[in-house]
Amino acid sequence: MMPLLHFAAASNIFSRAVLTSLVGGGIVAGVPLMFTALGESISERAGVLNLGLEGMMLLGAYIGFIVAFHMHSQTLGFVAGIGGGAIGALIMVILCVWLGLDQIVVGIAITLAGEGITSVLQGAEFGSSYPRLGAPATAAIPGLDKIPVLGPSLFNQPVLVYIGFAFAGFLVWLFKRTNIGLNLRAAGEKPEALDAAGVSVIATRSWAALATGGLAGLGGAYLSIVGAGVFTPFITQGQGYMAIVITMLARGKPGWVLVGSFLFGISLSIATALQLAGVNISIDVINMLPFIAIILALVIFARRSYLPPALAIPYIRGAR
Amino acid sequence: MTDSVSVPAHAAEPTDVVEVPTPDFEGRPGHVRSRRVAATRDLLIRSLIPVILALVAGGLLLLILGRDPISFYSDIWKGGVQQGSWEDSAMRGAPLLLIAVGLTVIFRANIWNLGYDGQFLVGAALITGLAPRIVSTPNAVSLTLLFLVAMAAAAAWTLVPALLKARFQTNEIITTLMMSFIGVGVANILVKGPFQDPTVNIPQTRVIPLNRMLPSIPGTRIHVGVLVALAAAFIAHFVLTRTSFGLRLSVLGANPRAAAHVGVNVRRLIVTAFLVSGALVGAAAAADILGVWGYMRANWNPAYGDTVIPFVFLARLNALAVIPFIAFFAVLSTGGDLAAANANLSTDFLLVLVGLILLFMTVIEFLGRRRDLGATYLTPGLRSALRNPFRRRTEIPEEEVTAQ
Repeated sequence: MMPLLHFAAASNIFSRAVLTSLVGGGIVAGVPLMFTALGESISERAGVLNLGLEGMMLLGAYIGFIVAFHMHSQTLGFVAGIGGGAIGALIMVILCVWLGLDQIVVGIAITLAGEGITSVLQGAEFGSSYPRLGAPATAAIPGLDKIPVLGPSLFNQPVLVYIGFAFAGFLVWLFKRTNIGLNLRAAGEKPEALDAAGVSVIATRSWAALATGGLAGLGGAYLSIVGAGVFTPFITQGQGYMAIVITMLARGKPGWVLVGSFLFGISLSIATALQLAGVNISIDVINMLPFIAIILALVIFARRSYLPPALAIPYIRGAR
Repeated sequence: MTDSVSVPAHAAEPTDVVEVPTPDFEGRPGHVRSRRVAATRDLLIRSLIPVILALVAGGLLLLILGRDPISFYSDIWKGGVQQGSWEDSAMRGAPLLLIAVGLTVIFRANIWNLGYDGQFLVGAALITGLAPRIVSTPNAVSLTLLFLVAMAAAAAWTLVPALLKARFQTNEIITTLMMSFIGVGVANILVKGPFQDPTVNIPQTRVIPLNRMLPSIPGTRIHVGVLVALAAAFIAHFVLTRTSFGLRLSVLGANPRAAAHVGVNVRRLIVTAFLVSGALVGAAAAADILGVWGYMRANWNPAYGDTVIPFVFLARLNALAVIPFIAFFAVLSTGGDLAAANANLSTDFLLVLVGLILLFMTVIEFLGRRRDLGATYLTPGLRSALRNPFRRRTEIPEEEVTAQ
């Protein structure tokens, strides 16, 4: 990170255009991470480690893009994206939650199959051409969008972004104030206790994993429909794994997930901002930044990251 | 691993146990041997079925896509085995096998090293940069040196996850993946920066002269890296099954707390396992670069490791049993290039096959475990008919009737 500070002193990195593009780009790049990481915080809480997140994002990104492209409706695209992610999650639910198979192996399988199938289908339909979607419609919030720097980037976004923020708030309420939240936590901390209390661990975990898949699919669909406007194979580039790390470091708390997602969103989008600032820095260095940030965060906060004790352990009634 | 899943509840019912006959007084050796044969046969069937199911499911997928699965699979045979292309398959197998052995070592300790891509590319980039600079040394010396450099670099790339895991029990799945992404970036920076060949326009390293590459086995085009890989598999198998290091790894994999109790230095063992695994991945990079490619392009990432994982599990973390699986996949992957090109499909179709193999593997494993535990819904007669379909049946074994 030191070279960045050095550049900052030398160039006009703090000009308004640069900051606007940094924050705006951070939001565009951060929203897919936000949805996916919020989803992961649900299923991690319930004790399902979802390593298939990357595959589910890709399924959502591909199916969402195809529907949006053929139906000319971004809303339908988002809905289809949720469906696509949920299909991936359904495999996880059946194999890992119902049958109690190894979550890590199945997760890797879903990621590999998701990467392969979306790339194959994309190639089979479009060959090597990549059709683009039009620019997404944005909804400006009157008044607030006039604030310098923050206004145009924060308050002039597609409706889905506001829904995402609201959803994070909803999750806080769900986790803290409702029985459902308590059930989810019990399913991850001590499933036997939840079972003894008369709540089905299997059902709780199934719904949690399905919700995660849907949200990852939505994140993927946002990435392809709004973020890039195009679907290319392997478009997620490890964002599914980044979402898992964000959730781990945020200890499953939606507020921190939000903060983490946008910090990583900014580091993903920093390339454009730096180009605007006239800093010429290799794209490889920039692509590495979010991962270096994560490793540094893990080294510094290693003891603070938290995972529920029953995570990735299948629940089988009566087994010890 | 797949075996560590806890036992279903009905296992506790003693009447269900029919597969374990108590040894009688005569100690009939024939009986024991037939059981051993049956167990081996079971293992073989359980390892092969997922592969077959995945190929069938992949064929169905090809049909849906409007491709001819028969010609797709026969293209794989043509491009992977016939007319000397088996030599290409053998050479493709070298890095795959070395990575598979590296993963076997660390998976035995129940640790996940998923950072193989970064480790592989860092090692590969370093030696492609270094090789043209040491052309004055004798070939044997420089090749050994390059292998060692690649192994050391890849091993060093596992250090951060290893130390984090050993010190803070940080989830190594995440850290190795993150280090992998960084490694891919570092390799690109090296290839585009200090190691770039200034005489060509595209970013790539200088090409290692042919006489500085790994020599081929006399009479074939196959480079000796294949022999190195096979030797590594045999040595690893010996170390894992016949030495205290192998035993300590297995104990750590089964139960880290138990390992600490019996005096294993868990932290040091975790780091050692990571280093060995990384070094083998680095050797894979050296074998591939010095045996086949001779140079490295920017953004080159063969992603061998992803495709190797299912076969490591199918071989039950056995470094020798993994060899036939890798041979199979090497053919699939070499022939897959031709088949995918003929069918006008992306080669990423192979990733789908690999994913399907993994999925079917976990399911078959589940069914097999239930069968071992005697959980079945069949009547005793049907069940013994399934077990031994070719025997003429007149009576139902006594034990099975009582077992119900």
